[in-house]
Amino acid sequence: MAHASHALDRDMMLPPAEAETGSGVYTEKLGMWIFLLSEVMFFTALIGSYLILRVSKPDGWAAPNQILNVPVTAVNTFILICSSVTMVKAYAAAADGNQAKLKLWLVATVLIGATFVGVQVFEYNQLIHHGLVPGGFVAGRELAEAAASGAAFKGGPALPTSGGLYGSTFYTMTGFHGFHVTMGVICMIFVTFKAFQGKYTATDHRGVEVIGLYWHFVDLVWIILFTIVYLI
Amino acid sequence: MTSLATPVESHVQAHPDNRSFIQKYIFSTDHKIIGIQFLLMSLLFLTVGGMLAMIIRWQLGYPNKPLPGGTVLPETMAPGGVILPEFYTSAVTMHGTIMVFFAIMPLLVGVFGNFLIPLKIGAPDMAFPRINMASFWVAVPAGILMIAGFFVEGGHASAGWTSYAPLSADPEYTGVTAGQRIWCVSLIVLGLSSILGSMNYITTVINMRAPGMTWFRLPLSIWALFITSILVLLAIPILSGAVIMLLFDDVLGTHFFLPAQGGQPLLWQHLFWFFGHPEVYILILPAMGFVSDILSNGARKPIFGYHSMVYALIAIGFLGWIVWGHHMFQSGMNPTLGTSFMISTMLIAVPSAIKVFNWLGTLWGGKIRFHVPMMHALAFVSMFVIGGLSGVFMASTPVDIYIHDTYFIVAHLHYVLFGGSLFAIFGAVTFWYPKMFGRMMNPTLGKIHFVLTFVFYNLVFFPMHQLGLQGHMRRIYDPTIYDFLKPLGGLNRFITISAFLLFASQLLFAYNFIVSWFRGKKAPANPWEDTGLEWTTPSPPPHGNWPATPHVHQPPYEFNSPHVKESDFLPQTQSLDAIPGRSSAGAAH
Repeated sequence: MAHASHALDRDMMLPPAEAETGSGVYTEKLGMWIFLLSEVMFFTALIGSYLILRVSKPDGWAAPNQILNVPVTAVNTFILICSSVTMVKAYAAAADGNQAKLKLWLVATVLIGATFVGVQVFEYNQLIHHGLVPGGFVAGRELAEAAASGAAFKGGPALPTSGGLYGSTFYTMTGFHGFHVTMGVICMIFVTFKAFQGKYTATDHRGVEVIGLYWHFVDLVWIILFTIVYLI
Repeated sequence: MTSLATPVESHVQAHPDNRSFIQKYIFSTDHKIIGIQFLLMSLLFLTVGGMLAMIIRWQLGYPNKPLPGGTVLPETMAPGGVILPEFYTSAVTMHGTIMVFFAIMPLLVGVFGNFLIPLKIGAPDMAFPRINMASFWVAVPAGILMIAGFFVEGGHASAGWTSYAPLSADPEYTGVTAGQRIWCVSLIVLGLSSILGSMNYITTVINMRAPGMTWFRLPLSIWALFITSILVLLAIPILSGAVIMLLFDDVLGTHFFLPAQGGQPLLWQHLFWFFGHPEVYILILPAMGFVSDILSNGARKPIFGYHSMVYALIAIGFLGWIVWGHHMFQSGMNPTLGTSFMISTMLIAVPSAIKVFNWLGTLWGGKIRFHVPMMHALAFVSMFVIGGLSGVFMASTPVDIYIHDTYFIVAHLHYVLFGGSLFAIFGAVTFWYPKMFGRMMNPTLGKIHFVLTFVFYNLVFFPMHQLGLQGHMRRIYDPTIYDFLKPLGGLNRFITISAFLLFASQLLFAYNFIVSWFRGKKAPANPWEDTGLEWTTPSPPPHGNWPATPHVHQPPYEFNSPHVKESDFLPQTQSLDAIPGRSSAGAAH
């Protein structure tokens, strides 16, 4: 934890803020933490609704791997976790005043984040092709036929007769997470531009730390979503 | 006095002001201008919401008769001035939606959160001025959308302000397609504005207090806005999530709230009221804060039980999260669950009563100055008692089963929202008007407005208790088609006439507000002889609020202080050491 306490020391020195702060945490960072509380409640609404719907209608969901491609998403999850690592690297570089590394790791974070969104778009595309849309199974496509036949499907039990709740919850939760990653990438591009202008110094790199908080939060939400949407 | 006020060198806050007109008044980052922008916008919506109330009242008092002047409404709303059932239901829906989300909530939080927080804690501006500007300019399109909904094909949303699914989730049921979608999108956008605003208020209160402004030297208005902002921050995203799912049910064909493929209509009710009950306290806590400030000022006494007032605010803010089920006693929930919601709801009466008794204790033995804000504050306390007590009736499940969805509920919520929040808003606007605009509102007009409003308000809403107890349902289009409601026709007409007089009385306030802006008496820096930090800077304050950061030495309500001779109040910035002939030994706070 030596690194963590080191970071804490830096926080205490940071930044030459405009006024004395009441909390000891500089204003932008405090603001982001408070904003993230709001985000927690937003995802709670979505995830809580999913859990309630799922518990009260357990036969409305397919088994893992039947419809969703878990290996591909597992790789994608690993990719997103990597972007959190590059984010930490970028922050450490900023704190050390290493401009070259800061730019490198920020660009890497942008690219990896964009890759995650790209894989998710590919996944949606595949699912729609097989016949899963937010409203459920599309009549005439592969999944609807399989569900109608009532036969065992892809090594699991028969598919639920209606995919309505499955499609609704899957697309809403992963979609809003994807939206958050996309917003994060856009903000990260903005931060990267500022890094290329040399705006972040060893003594003041608030922007890098604040976007990092958001980035790790979105990453954490994905780990929860991956577990409850793909693995159970 | 402990050395709370660690002196730090004063930062120069006010800069020479060379911003252009647009930077200064339109896309302004100054919290005072943003507060005034919110004020003008929400007063406009208050007027629209009031007009919708007149439409509702006319139909209930004089069913199927042409509305006076109603011929200006398009054929799709009221052909020949006779209000159509479809338009009536959307008027009921939009009266609630507009009053809650676009009038009372921005008036309390948007206006005074912005205007008061930096001025009362000694900050030059909000923590994030540009996000603050964004929060207003995100609210504007939401408002325009909400109004535009009236003019789309099929009319505006008409599933009630609570938008219960599946009625709201499937256009088949109401015949409204575009209107309901607009309702959803507008609330999602407005929610973003509220979240940005509350994040700003919370950060500002935590981080930007002037030296010496400790937590327990904050005025109760700021405590109330702080607790309210936490509720907004945590409750609004729940609404956004729920409304997004509702919109998806309609637009993307999802099944969250539609039962055909396993969706749950009750889930909507739980989500809505999990947001909705904290929302109730969002709509009353700031009013309690303003009233505490004004009562203390009018009574010329420190607020009675300052600490218990703060803890009561926190308790109400917390309990507000675990009572939402009391809106759903009739939804078929398990009676055991109903009982626990009943008990938690009744618990809220305890901190509320603490506040009421403290207000009474503040008035006790005071040399009361009956200025206009004080009258409104006194009206708030008395009306809040009535609204609060009828709330306890409704919290009791056996009683609620009888009065659920009747006019008793309508009477209760208006006693809290109009008798409570709106009286506090009238008081607060009058109280801080000189600080906002540099001019005083006319006190004579203000008193006439107060008396008329107080009388007609009670004539409108008190009889509604009676209507409800006799079984008059909420949201019905034509009471005359039910035999058992026929004897209530006279009472309904009485309420309608009083409601029109109540609306007309508000024209006085509008006249006073507008004319005083240009012709009012010039306001001194501290017209009410108040102790708060905002009164130590000119009216209106310059950009940056103070030439140098103020230092705080006193608790917020030092009226009738024995330490001062010339006046009867000790401003928060007044150090006792600076008073001639006083030694610091006397500062026993």
